[in-house]
Amino acid sequence: MAATSMIGAAVKRREDPRFITGHGQYTDDIKLPGMVHMAILRSPYAHARIKSIDTSKAKAMAGVRAVYTGKDLEGKVGNMPPVFIIPDANFKTPAYPVIAIDTVRYTGDQVAVVVADSPAIARDALDQIDVDYEPLPVVVNEEEAVKPGAPQLHSDVPDNVLFHWKIAGGDPDAAFQNAEVVIKERFIQQRLIPNAMEPRSAVARWDPGTGELTIWHTTQNPHITRFVFSLLNGIPENKIRVISRDVGGGFGSKIDTYPSDVVAIFATRDLGLPVKWVEDRRENFVGTIHGRAQTQEAELAATRDGKITGVRVKSYANMGAYTSTGPAAGVPTWLFGLVVPGAYTIPNAQIEVIGAMTNTTPTSAYRGAGRPEASYLIERMVDRLAGELGMDPVELRRKNLIPADAFPYTSATGLVYDSGNYQAALDKALAMVGYDSFRQEQRQQRQQGKYVGIGFSTYMECCGLAPSRLMDDIGFQAGQWEVGTVRLLATGKAIVLTGTSPHGQGEETTFAQIVSDKLGLPIEDIEVVHGDTGAISMGWGTYGSRGNAVGGSAVYLATEKVLEKSKKLAAHLLEAAPEDIVAENGKFFVAGSPGKSFSIQDIALQANLAWNLPDGMAPGLEENSFFDPLNFVFPFGTHICVAEVDAETGETKILRYIAVDDCGVVINPTIVDGQIHGGIAQGIGQALYEHAIYDENGNLITGSMMDYVVPNARQIPFMELDRTVTPAPQTPHGAKGIGEAGTIASTQAVVNAVVDALAPLGIKNLDMPLTPERVWHAIQQARGGSNGH
Amino acid sequence: MYATDFAYHAPASLREVVALLQQGDPNGGEVKVLAGGQSLIPLLKLRMAAPAALVDLRNVAELRGISEEGDGVVIGAATTYFQTIDSPVVQRRCPLLVQAISQVGDPQVRARGTVGGSLAHADPAGDLPAVAVALDAELRAVGPNGQRTIAAKDFFVDLLTTSLDPAEVLTAVKFAATDRPHTGTSYQKHRHPASGYAVVGVAAVVMLNDDGTVQAARIGVTGAGAHAARASGVEQAIAGKTLDDATLTSAVASVTDGMELMSDTYASSEYRAHLARVLTKRALLDAAARAR
Amino acid sequence: MRQTIRLKVNGVERQGEVEPRTLLVHFLRDGLNLTGTHVGCDTGQCGACTVLLNGDAVKSCMVLAVQADGAEVRTVEGLAVGDAYHPIQQAFWDLHGLQCGFCTPGMIMAAVGILKRNPNPSDEEIREQLEGNLCRCTGYQNIVAAVRKAASDMQGQPAAQPVGASAAGGASGE
Repeated sequence: MAATSMIGAAVKRREDPRFITGHGQYTDDIKLPGMVHMAILRSPYAHARIKSIDTSKAKAMAGVRAVYTGKDLEGKVGNMPPVFIIPDANFKTPAYPVIAIDTVRYTGDQVAVVVADSPAIARDALDQIDVDYEPLPVVVNEEEAVKPGAPQLHSDVPDNVLFHWKIAGGDPDAAFQNAEVVIKERFIQQRLIPNAMEPRSAVARWDPGTGELTIWHTTQNPHITRFVFSLLNGIPENKIRVISRDVGGGFGSKIDTYPSDVVAIFATRDLGLPVKWVEDRRENFVGTIHGRAQTQEAELAATRDGKITGVRVKSYANMGAYTSTGPAAGVPTWLFGLVVPGAYTIPNAQIEVIGAMTNTTPTSAYRGAGRPEASYLIERMVDRLAGELGMDPVELRRKNLIPADAFPYTSATGLVYDSGNYQAALDKALAMVGYDSFRQEQRQQRQQGKYVGIGFSTYMECCGLAPSRLMDDIGFQAGQWEVGTVRLLATGKAIVLTGTSPHGQGEETTFAQIVSDKLGLPIEDIEVVHGDTGAISMGWGTYGSRGNAVGGSAVYLATEKVLEKSKKLAAHLLEAAPEDIVAENGKFFVAGSPGKSFSIQDIALQANLAWNLPDGMAPGLEENSFFDPLNFVFPFGTHICVAEVDAETGETKILRYIAVDDCGVVINPTIVDGQIHGGIAQGIGQALYEHAIYDENGNLITGSMMDYVVPNARQIPFMELDRTVTPAPQTPHGAKGIGEAGTIASTQAVVNAVVDALAPLGIKNLDMPLTPERVWHAIQQARGGSNGH
Repeated sequence: MYATDFAYHAPASLREVVALLQQGDPNGGEVKVLAGGQSLIPLLKLRMAAPAALVDLRNVAELRGISEEGDGVVIGAATTYFQTIDSPVVQRRCPLLVQAISQVGDPQVRARGTVGGSLAHADPAGDLPAVAVALDAELRAVGPNGQRTIAAKDFFVDLLTTSLDPAEVLTAVKFAATDRPHTGTSYQKHRHPASGYAVVGVAAVVMLNDDGTVQAARIGVTGAGAHAARASGVEQAIAGKTLDDATLTSAVASVTDGMELMSDTYASSEYRAHLARVLTKRALLDAAARAR
Repeated sequence: MRQTIRLKVNGVERQGEVEPRTLLVHFLRDGLNLTGTHVGCDTGQCGACTVLLNGDAVKSCMVLAVQADGAEVRTVEGLAVGDAYHPIQQAFWDLHGLQCGFCTPGMIMAAVGILKRNPNPSDEEIREQLEGNLCRCTGYQNIVAAVRKAASDMQGQPAAQPVGASAAGGASGE
């Protein structure tokens, strides 16, 4: 029921009944009369010239409606455009055709498309297409790709350098010249594959009568894809409806607009039939964006007593074969570089990033997108420095954490951190793990031959993307505001529209809580609608932990406007002044006279009937609010991992995982905890398990769930969670974002723990993932022998 | 994921199964036996196998069931993993089967997958082949020339290859019972973090003398080489000895002798050999502890 | 060469014409419009397609439709009894055992299978037994909690067993 305590209430999710009964409606569940099915022939070569394609046998098959090659589409659909065009970085824009025309540049590049009466026939037809390839030299590694003499991917991208970006703050050179201590380390952010459980898919339907296109598809941002489809397929934006009601996870991989969707739209117009395309998992591995994939050289300058004075980073970012139509180049630059100094008062910073084109699947945003890479770097470096100085890593952190009274804090990279109390989160986490006695216990365990370690991550991150006016400066070809609509119907029921597009984040519940809290409407009377450009005027989607911070803020402000109007109408009906009206638990009455009141339902009815409105008041009870954030939001916290290494086999076991996070005001604690759980699981995945490996010929060796580890329930530990609450000063409800924090925080906590466990052997760094063999080899090497058992 | 199409037969008798296999495909395509399908169906979907016809064993009642036969337990080839580990006879007489099968795949796979299917598929990283070797299994097959029995050590020939003829079908497997005094068994596995297969798996049977020394042992190793194999060198090296650390360390050094070690991005041949040594040691110690 | 199959799905006799290569999951989704059973991978790892086949949780992407001829199948759509959710469904809802919901039907059906064989599992056993079902959203914490809660709820009220599971419900789990 409605109550004034909806903010912070552990309300059960309103979206769940349809999911637990199998009645969710994902794109692959859509069936339309006369629907035909599309399948994509993908390149088995990482780099090759297409000498010829013979589609005649496929075209002659019974049930095959069409076969398209790149040449068939040339001039009829546009090339895939970049979305993040990094300024002042000599950014290149090589052509990215929706179907390869004469050259394939990665294993999985689209070569031809079949449309047939059934998915099985479409798949059969792929086997009947003959392609004559002339293999070309291949480069897959980001550092190799930009060396002289490396195989070139695009004639207009010399040395495969897509961009060369640099930012600096303070005087980093001086900091390093004057440093008492400098440590250097090389980190490899291995390539990861998002692997949302629902593969990508699309159902496109062209209505020749109205000239309207409807496309159901797996996207995190239907309005952005509507814009891209309009641009590429030449359909006016107002004639396109994109629907993405239920989407089975994204983790960044469904931000991008993909060539497959553009071809499906071409096909439905060409054939006049609804066209469905469903990616299979093997295709997902090569045809959907990858994440991370950077090699970093990091340096930290410090005084001997542990004050960090500077950080310098040179990073090679593997962008893959094309700039994907998504965040792509923004990830290893802005989203990474700005947060490199982390939670510490580091006055001098320099970050340089070279974007390399390689014969691999394009990379873009994967949960955290840039910030996990930065957070890992700084948190590992702080531990390295502690080791170097012989200081406790907690003590070193305390010495350098931004103090609670320093907010708003301007970082060396120019960010203005909104609010925080980093020490409070650290203290809470230390108490949970019992750090006071930990080191003593660790010493005893070491004497028993056990390798147990503890790893800290006193992370911060920067999310809630983002002030639109900054987007122009950083080269993102989009706005980042949101609009929320709150509409009360005559029966007292409410419809809430949001341009964010949740796909697991639970905003049908949290946004309803925001509205319920303010208006006193029962939550079950509030329907949150998302993922439909036909219903929602505009929106920029769900990613970058922006759903609640930006979309929720817009809904909050729209609700306030509804409340204001309701008060005015109540005042009119009660023959009082609006400023004398009190709204409480869904009742409107004159202050001091709660006996005579109108309910919010009464107000909704009166507003919609409009029989008796005050002069000048428009009928209806519906308000929009456009919210453009003034700043990012800055969640933070402390994660602690305790891990044990089996020195005989190199296997790591997480003994305890503790997370204290602060995402400002919490609307729904259950949902927030769920986001943290899932985020940590993905961070642990990177630390211990996940790795997309290409061989030298550009074949993705870990190209299925048989090879690439999507962590299972045995591999993820029980997590102990707590939180602190430091409200966000620049969102109306005080909430920050929480979608990515767990991932941004966790990876380094695990690696720090393992390195700490192995510290007695002199091990200072390990490359991820920490597979048993890798750890075993490191132990062997450290022991200086080959006696492994 | 759509397989190529094929003809499907589900005969009710073993005789018909053999006849269909013998007949083959008129166009020279492959005719394959379908048991639980937990290995074969994924291969069909990936089009890594494209048979012309499948002969499903699901209606052949004579291929299912568990019985005691002298010093062993006979399990029908089409008996599922669940049926096997739920059997009180197996639990009592061949606990090694229960321990190993409980680590095969996941519960859904164990509900469908069959003992015979796993052995006939001969995945180099399958769990059951190691157990078959350690339990001195006799594999019974029927073909156009009638019945024959193949010893486990002769059954696994190479990667995904057994000594079965194309028209032969595995009918049952007899595993040596280990419910004898001073006898213990253990299966130790390093599980692939994605596939769940054995990167290396070691199945051991240890029989102790009254004084705690090893009377005899049988060790089957899977995952390390192209097919499951018996680690005879280790067995001989520990015979008559007490399983102390020095004995074990020296004995297990030879565990991969004669194996062509596999290597992949998850585990190099060097690491596999190391795992084989470590797991053999652990399996022997665990088996010996159970034997006491 | 299409074949006719007859099977009982969620208690109702159904019939269909399928190619031998048709997977059970495709028959359920496309032939019977039971789209609650999902396809998340092609190698049998993800478990999103888990259904009950003759009472056992199986991956319907690793079963041919022709193999299910004559069988009894239960999908997530057939789990609730009238308006009452199965205790496992209820526990997933109560304890936030799902986020995007895509793995959820398979997860729930797998949990039915787990509790049938082991009505009172430990957390560790639940994690082991859920190995065949991948979730990318929840980190499994609330899924494990939900299965544990369902186990205790079901022990309190055995009558809430679903029809499909009850037939073979007492067969094992000792």
